[in-house]
Amino acid sequence: MGRRRRLRLGRALVILFFTVILAFPFYWMLITIFKQNADLYGTENNPFIFNAAPTLENLRVLFYETRFSRWLVNTAVVGVLVVGITLVLALPAAYALARLTGRWGERLGIAIFLTYLVPPTLLFIPLSRIVSLLGLQDTIWSVVVVYPSFTIPFSIWLLMGFFKSIPRELEDAAMVDGLTRFGAFVRLVVPMSLSGILTVVIFTFTLVTQEFVYALTFISPESHQMLGVGVPTFLILGDVYFWGSLMGACLIASVPIAIVYNLFLDRFIAGFTVGAVK
Amino acid sequence: MVTQRRPQGLGPVGLGMLMFAPAVLYVLLLIAVPFVLAFVYAFTDARVGSGGDHFVGLENFRSVLGSAAFKTAVLNSFIFTIASQVIVLVGSTTLALALKDHFRGRGFVRFLILLPWVAPISIGAIGWKWILDSIYSVINWVLVAVHLAQPFDKPMWLGEPRLAMLSVILVHAWRLLPFSTVILLAGLTAIPRDIPEAAEVDGAGFWRTLFEITLPMLRPILNVALLFGVIFTFTDMVVVYNLTAGGPMDTTQVLPSLAFFTGIQGGDLAAGAAISLFLVPILVVVAFLMLRAAHRAEIV
Repeated sequence: MGRRRRLRLGRALVILFFTVILAFPFYWMLITIFKQNADLYGTENNPFIFNAAPTLENLRVLFYETRFSRWLVNTAVVGVLVVGITLVLALPAAYALARLTGRWGERLGIAIFLTYLVPPTLLFIPLSRIVSLLGLQDTIWSVVVVYPSFTIPFSIWLLMGFFKSIPRELEDAAMVDGLTRFGAFVRLVVPMSLSGILTVVIFTFTLVTQEFVYALTFISPESHQMLGVGVPTFLILGDVYFWGSLMGACLIASVPIAIVYNLFLDRFIAGFTVGAVK
Repeated sequence: MVTQRRPQGLGPVGLGMLMFAPAVLYVLLLIAVPFVLAFVYAFTDARVGSGGDHFVGLENFRSVLGSAAFKTAVLNSFIFTIASQVIVLVGSTTLALALKDHFRGRGFVRFLILLPWVAPISIGAIGWKWILDSIYSVINWVLVAVHLAQPFDKPMWLGEPRLAMLSVILVHAWRLLPFSTVILLAGLTAIPRDIPEAAEVDGAGFWRTLFEITLPMLRPILNVALLFGVIFTFTDMVVVYNLTAGGPMDTTQVLPSLAFFTGIQGGDLAAGAAISLFLVPILVVVAFLMLRAAHRAEIV
């Protein structure tokens, strides 16, 4: 076998190996959803095939007999509110860092970047008290208030890059035409950065759905739960796991986000690489 | 602020401050304040729900350092972080090199590979809990089918301390591998193609080109991926919480999960805060290295 062909075969095997391992749990969720309980819990059955007819019963249970749809709604509401807060605060801050404060912009940018490194597992204990002092415990408002503390830094970092790529001359021209600096920002820079804003919306939303520690700490009642905590905590009754419905919830909560996320991947990478890739 | 005022309104610096201040205040209030409070609580007898905390000096640290669960958690945190990072670094470098060039279906492969990173990890962990189930594990079914395990003596993936730790490490590596891979892919596209190609033309084989040209050029970005990996692992409790809840018998407990079980579930905020403070040294080291990496990248 020639060298090139060997390399190509090796590459194909590597890709196959990792793809199978990484994607297998999601394939397994998909199979499990449509199996009847008798099929799932018969240990002599071959788990890779349908030993009994496929069924939609698990999905029916998930949507009609659990609070799953309620958690979907809660998560969507929190997502929208956090996106709103994030945009209102991060857009002007990112613009200020990119344009107006010059040399300090770079240092403040790094400082903002460093806040990524402070983890929820260091802050959740004091925050749990702050949240209960504010009377927000056990409501979705607790996470609405706290989530922007990590979505804002990430968004500022992403938006800074966008704003830097807009030529300064455009704003100068607008200001000669009588707009104030802030007016130029609102009427010119923001509309030109729509794709950046869309990126921020997507990533804020995914960060909200992925968060676990704060939601687990601040919210206990079943009906006020977020998706990421509700599914692993309340779809299990005592020691009984409803694996079919549980896997349905898992798949429904992951795949749609994954599809959208893929479209914006390159922007996401830019937010993490600290200029090590240019 | 007053001195910045000009007849036409705010000067550029004043306006900059005004646009920047709300975001900074918000983040400071929700990151810096609790960060400081974590230190304060660790020296008091703060509990859930009670006010009027008292200063107790080093009492919390004394009791935390004396507990066996804490010692296990420290050791586990290091094993968890180092083992999963070794797997992630080797795996993601291999995978990124394989994915570098275009081929048919690359977009779809990338979508599948990214799933573990994009899906909420609490939910991914539950998927694994089903795969590793004590009775219905598909892995065990395969092991029995190929006669690597006996039907009545199957591995208890989450019930036996060593296997449980291995499971936690592997699931976490599974989760982080896509993240590291896409970061490295971005780094690979930045390497000019002609350099490795020229080396091959000059007779350097695949392995020599890899170890003497490609990997050294990839180092800055490998560092970034590793630093984020360390942070995301050392401070993570989601995989442990959902897969084993620290069990069996606290054998898979890591620092963040122990802080949660002590401070929130057990109601002892002060002891929980004291435990979580042991994350800070690692954070400081990583922050320092990250700044150095950023500094170097700007010079180059």
